[in-house]
Amino acid sequence: MAFFERHKADKIGDAVFRGVSYFFAVLVVVLMLFIFAVLFKESLPSIRKFGLKFLTSAAWDPVQLEFGALPAIYGTIVSSIIAIVIAVPISLGIAIFLTEMAPKGLRGPIGTAIELLASIPSIIYGMWGLFVFAPFLSDHIEPWIIDHLGFIPIFNGAPLGIGMLPAGFILSIMIIPFISSVSREIFQMVPPIMKESGYGVGATKWEVIRKVVIPYTRSGLMGAVILGLGRALGETMAVTFVIGNSHEISKALLDPATSISATLANEFTEAVDPVYLSSLVELGLILFVITFIVLVFSKLLIGGFSYKGGRP
Amino acid sequence: MRKLLIAVVLMLLMAGGSSAADLINGAGATFPYPLYSKWAYEYAKKTGIKLNYQSIGSGGGIKQIKEKTVDFGASDAPLTAKELTEAGLFQFPMAIGGVVPVVNIKGISAGQIRLTPDVLADMFLGKVTRWNDKKIIDINPGVTLPDDKITVVHRSDGSGTTWIFANYLDKISKEWHDRAGFGTAVNWPAGVGGKGNEGVAAYVKRIKGSIGYVEYAYALQNKLTHAKLQNREKNFVDPSIESFSAAGASADWKNTPGFSVVLTDQPGKNSWPISGATFIIVRRQPEDCANAKAVLGFFDWAYSDGAGMARSLDYVPMPKNVSEIMEDAWTKEIKCKGQAVWKR
Amino acid sequence: MNFFYLRRKFYNILALTVSLLSAGFGIFFLFWILKDVISFGLPALNGSFFTELPAPPGAEGGGVAHAILGTFFVTVVATAIGVPSGILAGTYLSEYGRKSKTASTVRFLSDILVSAPSIVIGVFVYAVLVKPFGGFSAIAGAVALSIIMLPVIVRTAEEVLKLVPDATREAALALGAPHWKVTVQVVYRGARRGITTGVLLAVARVSGETAPLLFTSFNNSFWNFKMTEPTATLTVTIFNYALGPYEDWHTKAWGAAFLITASVLVLTVLARLLVTRRSAG
Repeated sequence: MAFFERHKADKIGDAVFRGVSYFFAVLVVVLMLFIFAVLFKESLPSIRKFGLKFLTSAAWDPVQLEFGALPAIYGTIVSSIIAIVIAVPISLGIAIFLTEMAPKGLRGPIGTAIELLASIPSIIYGMWGLFVFAPFLSDHIEPWIIDHLGFIPIFNGAPLGIGMLPAGFILSIMIIPFISSVSREIFQMVPPIMKESGYGVGATKWEVIRKVVIPYTRSGLMGAVILGLGRALGETMAVTFVIGNSHEISKALLDPATSISATLANEFTEAVDPVYLSSLVELGLILFVITFIVLVFSKLLIGGFSYKGGRP
Repeated sequence: MRKLLIAVVLMLLMAGGSSAADLINGAGATFPYPLYSKWAYEYAKKTGIKLNYQSIGSGGGIKQIKEKTVDFGASDAPLTAKELTEAGLFQFPMAIGGVVPVVNIKGISAGQIRLTPDVLADMFLGKVTRWNDKKIIDINPGVTLPDDKITVVHRSDGSGTTWIFANYLDKISKEWHDRAGFGTAVNWPAGVGGKGNEGVAAYVKRIKGSIGYVEYAYALQNKLTHAKLQNREKNFVDPSIESFSAAGASADWKNTPGFSVVLTDQPGKNSWPISGATFIIVRRQPEDCANAKAVLGFFDWAYSDGAGMARSLDYVPMPKNVSEIMEDAWTKEIKCKGQAVWKR
Repeated sequence: MNFFYLRRKFYNILALTVSLLSAGFGIFFLFWILKDVISFGLPALNGSFFTELPAPPGAEGGGVAHAILGTFFVTVVATAIGVPSGILAGTYLSEYGRKSKTASTVRFLSDILVSAPSIVIGVFVYAVLVKPFGGFSAIAGAVALSIIMLPVIVRTAEEVLKLVPDATREAALALGAPHWKVTVQVVYRGARRGITTGVLLAVARVSGETAPLLFTSFNNSFWNFKMTEPTATLTVTIFNYALGPYEDWHTKAWGAAFLITASVLVLTVLARLLVTRRSAG
């Protein structure tokens, strides 16, 4: 008898435990949908008022209540592209250095150091950007750029030290540890036999990297880069400090600009009119959708979300 | 881990248990922030009642009081009587101050450069773009101005400072009126945006050839270089407690509906042209009576005992006759559950 | 022949130099930041920094004790919400769902939610917890952080639970233990260290977050012990102080930056030490 009662209790226990864990697993899905739904609902006044024009209009006029997302979207995308353009070669350099070149004794410490840097809060990057890097840029780097490269429209402007280019640069420093530690892991997955066969036929180190390692890891690297892009797109604090918060679209990368996240951080608690607030939420929704698409893309490239555990 | 959980449970229990009258939450204008913090600091020492004031901008203050996320809002931009009635709000002035154009030009010290309303508007419209523009040189004989680009610095957030400044430009420039208008945030024709008076001050300090606008107290504390400005009677005046008082002298608080007094471009030989009062906004029918009483108690103390502190921090406190008008209005207008919250 | 060889050798050296330089460049900047955080931050730390409330602007002295406490409480509450839910969801993925469609969807969405813009999470929590309930509150900030934490915990929990071999589970099941007991007493025990690592990393990640707190836990110039009132946090304090005009504020912002960076790094190092100890033992 006792056995059956215990058996029954166990069965109930199992069902409850399974149910509870199922509940929390599904919670993730529900949460995602709920975020979408709430953002969408809160942006309705703005969607009704501006429609699709919101995406293409450059107006940002809190007096007349005319809003358009274009400058913010432009700033978000351009600053992230700058970040990627700078960060990718450097991160790959770091990854190559760590997996193929550095003496064995250095690999561990430097690798760990870089991964640690990935955990530094983004506000630290923003603050450093404003206090240390922006004055440095405006005193030493930007005047030179304007004098020597100013004939190219994107390198024109005033040497403020804050603007699109500085924001992109700070972002790139922020995502370098991120991309480089992921690519390092990916490089380490290349079977040694493949590299050795390269060396066996007399290839140089660089040839092995270029013709064996990179082709073998291409899709993974793409995924890592896009993951970094996802980070850059949604980053708030590192950008807000240094982008300049100007709702103007300027060709010159030295000019101040704005991004979706910077606009939210600056204006969200201040927007009085419901349409103003709703436009800001819609900006948030757009950011959410853009990063969602980018991240889905990166997940598909990196691949492999099926269950692989349980083996000894 | 277990200890942490106990701590959390304790905190949640404490959340249930204490009255809301010993903590007052307010948010809004950045201009009076140093003043309100000073008052809060002294008041907490004296009474134990804590007033948590966060400077998030006047736009934010108005929004948060409308959404009832704070106990009072603060704004440098007065709401109109109509807006107040519609939202069930009540406003009263706490201090008078001025908005000051500040510059960062090589070799120019405070008060050395003079600006007329036209030139100021043209700079902020992006029409005058270099410091050695003829229009600037003409009104500044004897001053050597560099051939530097003018960078306009404005607020990136909703702000009463912007409201007062833009309200002034709107009054004196037709083109500004047509292109930008005025509000707590406007569609800036030119420039870089800084968050808060602090952000603008920081950018002006950092960017060579910049011009921005901040509240007087911020200009003083940051040792920023202010410009002299030509007022309505064609005098070039410096910003000071006296010139703000002069601008406030002609205000008729008693007969202005909603106490919605605007002090820009006022008559008077010594009036600073970009002056304004800073306001506190509360709900006409608060739900938490004890809390509402605590809020008014604080500002009653600020009107009387706080006036000296205001002057020491370069704010113009409200004269006694004005504060009396306000406290009478509290009794008449602010009702909690049908009862007057404040009795003088 | 010789020429080709030289050319290949030249390219090899060139490419390796370039990657060495770029590695050096990246590492240089990262350490530059770290150096500044230490050299500006360390002098700001003193007794009153840790024990006092802020002095009114312009006045010297005071500290950020309330923000240290605020960050601590908001993070603890976020952990108390995020960790159990995350572990349970991870348990479902590794013990029950495995290859099911639900499990793959959850995995996929968690991976995306991990990198979702944190400021948008702040906007979301503002819309569901701040506006309807009439006020900024510490609990709203904690919920926002727990949402950011949740997917991190889900994925790490699953990863480490997966490492427990099925043979162990089968052995326990064969002894007649119910599945839930096997999970709690055998699988969790086996993965204890891994789970702790994951929790530490997640705590490190959220304690440095600023953006989701701006519209949720807001700020407070006093001590706050109530979950329903706004609270100061170190990161929001950095944001306000760094953009402020006073030298004294900047110093305090650097001090707070040092403190938060140091704590995050210590947590991360601790987590890594746990991992190495596991692989060694």
